[in-house]
Amino acid sequence: MINLTINGKNISAEEGTTILEAAKQNNILIPSLCYLEDVHKIGSCRVCVVEQEGAKNLQASCITAVSEGMVIHTNTDRVRKARKVLYELMLSDHPNDCLKCLRNQNCEFQKLGEMIQVDESRFEGAKSKDYIDETSPSIVRDNSKCILCKRCVTICNEVQGVGILNPQFRGFSTEVSPGSELPLGSAACTYCGQCTTVCPVGALQEKDSTKTVWEALLDPNKTVIVQTAPAIRIALGEEFGYEAGTIVTGKMVSALKEMNFDYVFDTNFTADLTIMEEGTEFLGRLLSYLHSQKVIDAGQLKSLGFEPSDSAPVLPMITSCSPGWIKYIEHYYPEETPHLSSCKSPHMMLGALCKSYFAEKLRMDPKNIFVVSIMPCTAKKYEITRPEMVNNGVPNVDAVLTTRELAKMIKNAGIDFASLTDGVMDNPLGLSSGAADIFGAPGGVMEAALRTVYEIITGRELPFEKLHVTPIQGLERIKTAELTVEDAKEEWKFLNGVTVKVATTSGLKGASILVEEIRKGESPYHFIEVMGCPGGCISGGGQPRPTNDEIRKKRIAAIYAEDEGKVLRKSHENPDIVSLYEAYLEKPLGHRSHELLHTHYTKRKKI
Amino acid sequence: MSQLDHECRCLELSEEDKYALLAEIIEEYEKKESNLIQILHMAQTIFGFLSFEVQKFIAEQMELPISKVSGVVTFYSYFSTKPKGKYTVKVCLGTACYVRGGKKILEKLKENLGIDVGETTKDLKFSLEVMRCLGACGLSPVISINGKIYKRVNANKIQQILKTY
Repeated sequence: MINLTINGKNISAEEGTTILEAAKQNNILIPSLCYLEDVHKIGSCRVCVVEQEGAKNLQASCITAVSEGMVIHTNTDRVRKARKVLYELMLSDHPNDCLKCLRNQNCEFQKLGEMIQVDESRFEGAKSKDYIDETSPSIVRDNSKCILCKRCVTICNEVQGVGILNPQFRGFSTEVSPGSELPLGSAACTYCGQCTTVCPVGALQEKDSTKTVWEALLDPNKTVIVQTAPAIRIALGEEFGYEAGTIVTGKMVSALKEMNFDYVFDTNFTADLTIMEEGTEFLGRLLSYLHSQKVIDAGQLKSLGFEPSDSAPVLPMITSCSPGWIKYIEHYYPEETPHLSSCKSPHMMLGALCKSYFAEKLRMDPKNIFVVSIMPCTAKKYEITRPEMVNNGVPNVDAVLTTRELAKMIKNAGIDFASLTDGVMDNPLGLSSGAADIFGAPGGVMEAALRTVYEIITGRELPFEKLHVTPIQGLERIKTAELTVEDAKEEWKFLNGVTVKVATTSGLKGASILVEEIRKGESPYHFIEVMGCPGGCISGGGQPRPTNDEIRKKRIAAIYAEDEGKVLRKSHENPDIVSLYEAYLEKPLGHRSHELLHTHYTKRKKI
Repeated sequence: MSQLDHECRCLELSEEDKYALLAEIIEEYEKKESNLIQILHMAQTIFGFLSFEVQKFIAEQMELPISKVSGVVTFYSYFSTKPKGKYTVKVCLGTACYVRGGKKILEKLKENLGIDVGETTKDLKFSLEVMRCLGACGLSPVISINGKIYKRVNANKIQQILKTY
């Protein structure tokens, strides 16, 4: 331990701790701006400067480590003056149109202003940038608001390993962009939106869809259907002052009904459906592999409902729920896209069903149905614009709102969220199992798939406590598990002794490690789950700010609580899924499924 | 590398050969990110300037994001993303040249060429730049055109000098 003095208080901190962190641990708050716990420490804004006795210059406390005997003052005249000048200079190059900024009241720069108390503007002058980039369907870059903290650069380069955003030009002209002549819409950006979750100001935000949704809601000729992803109900509460990890499913449904959505459906329903389709697809690929190895013959394959295929089976199979991940593999590893499951993501499936199965039930022209998806994700805004996501001439989903946008709309509608009673999702696309809930947590899709696939093969429940495959859960970059089939049902008995190897990862850096293994022919896995954002959907690019590991853990715990609170824990037990197959889809991977629920991928370039 | 030694004849190469030469250079530098600036120098020598296409090629070959390559190119004033004229006219604005009329010479050049500092004439003949002290203060004010020094220049001499090109 290192002993030091801050503001006359004797404290000790672990070696390597920064002055800022040591102060925080002792309830001394040093104002800071660019610093982001665990992610970004470069000392670029200098707002966190402190005075160290014996040192000539002020020290940026976010990057200066504590040392023995150090005497620090955080609130001297010199520090206060420096901080104020720094703030005023940043302010002089900022539009200061807070009242019409979407980050108003939720802006770190504004909050810092409240702390520093600037009541004059001494440095009026030219503004360095005024460029707004709206070329991406997911993310808007307003460079005029950028304060060059470079958090987005760290997230994009170091955390996600993609490197779309980097500083361009120098000095007063410096800007963060995908390239001096490249708009975001033309860059190989995955639209994961992690940059929007760390931006302290309004420089990086999701592209607004609230206006489009209000228009649809107010249009008397439109039937407006809303669906919510598994990760919304455990995060939305944060926007209304609830503790992270508070489950607000019922209030969320009530709010949506008060906003006049005609039907509130659950993306979780189609998460269950995804398990049926993707689980069957995985078994098909595994059996084709065993067939190609001559472990089973064509007759056995057919008796289990699969057709022998001429092409070599592609294993490992990789999940396809995360559109940021899909865009990543298309740009950076286009040759490996055959590894992707052909399943559309759950909300696209639900959209497709709303405009076919449900439209038929309502005897309604699908053109008059408007589907809105509430997603923890910015890449989903892009996903709905993909030309493949159209059936019978109408797009599967018409608009995507992030969790943050939904919260804004609820406030905008004058709804007192806290006083809402618990509502329930509508039928027939609203019932879901606990397996669907966990889609929102890292490792969840894999666990949900294993719960079903294992039971299909053995007739028994997955042999894990409370059905949780704990080795593949959590925030670690790459997690793996093995499951050996024993005592399989008669028709699956050839699988006895076969060990299925699975891996899960969240964040694109982990994804690139697993895909590199595949590319080199060294991947030991049969089935891989990839989520584009670190921590999966619970900390997606559209989730409430801030998101850090502590908050991630609380949201994950809430997801598992929601799962365990359900009677139905396995996708194949969902009675509405069973009747959907009976009444409409016939069987997983059947003709209608192929048409409505499956897709294909596009090879793209890195630049 | 012989093609880059002494007299550069890169401008006579076909586009295809230029890219082949650049690829060779990138290989020689082992595609290391730490060698990016050297590679960009060579690329500018070969192509005359660093177009977005050339930056893209370098990024692809070195497996770097284009935003990193473009970030370095736009950071250093030495690198140009626009084509340069056949002749680069540089005006010294070091202290001695400045006090002896460098500024006036620069204004006259701008007027005559119809371009601003850092720009190139439409016919790609002249580019205009400023430089700091050449160490030839005794000859001030000076300008240089493709390395050739003109001493004790004044605004009236400008047109005459440009005519010789």
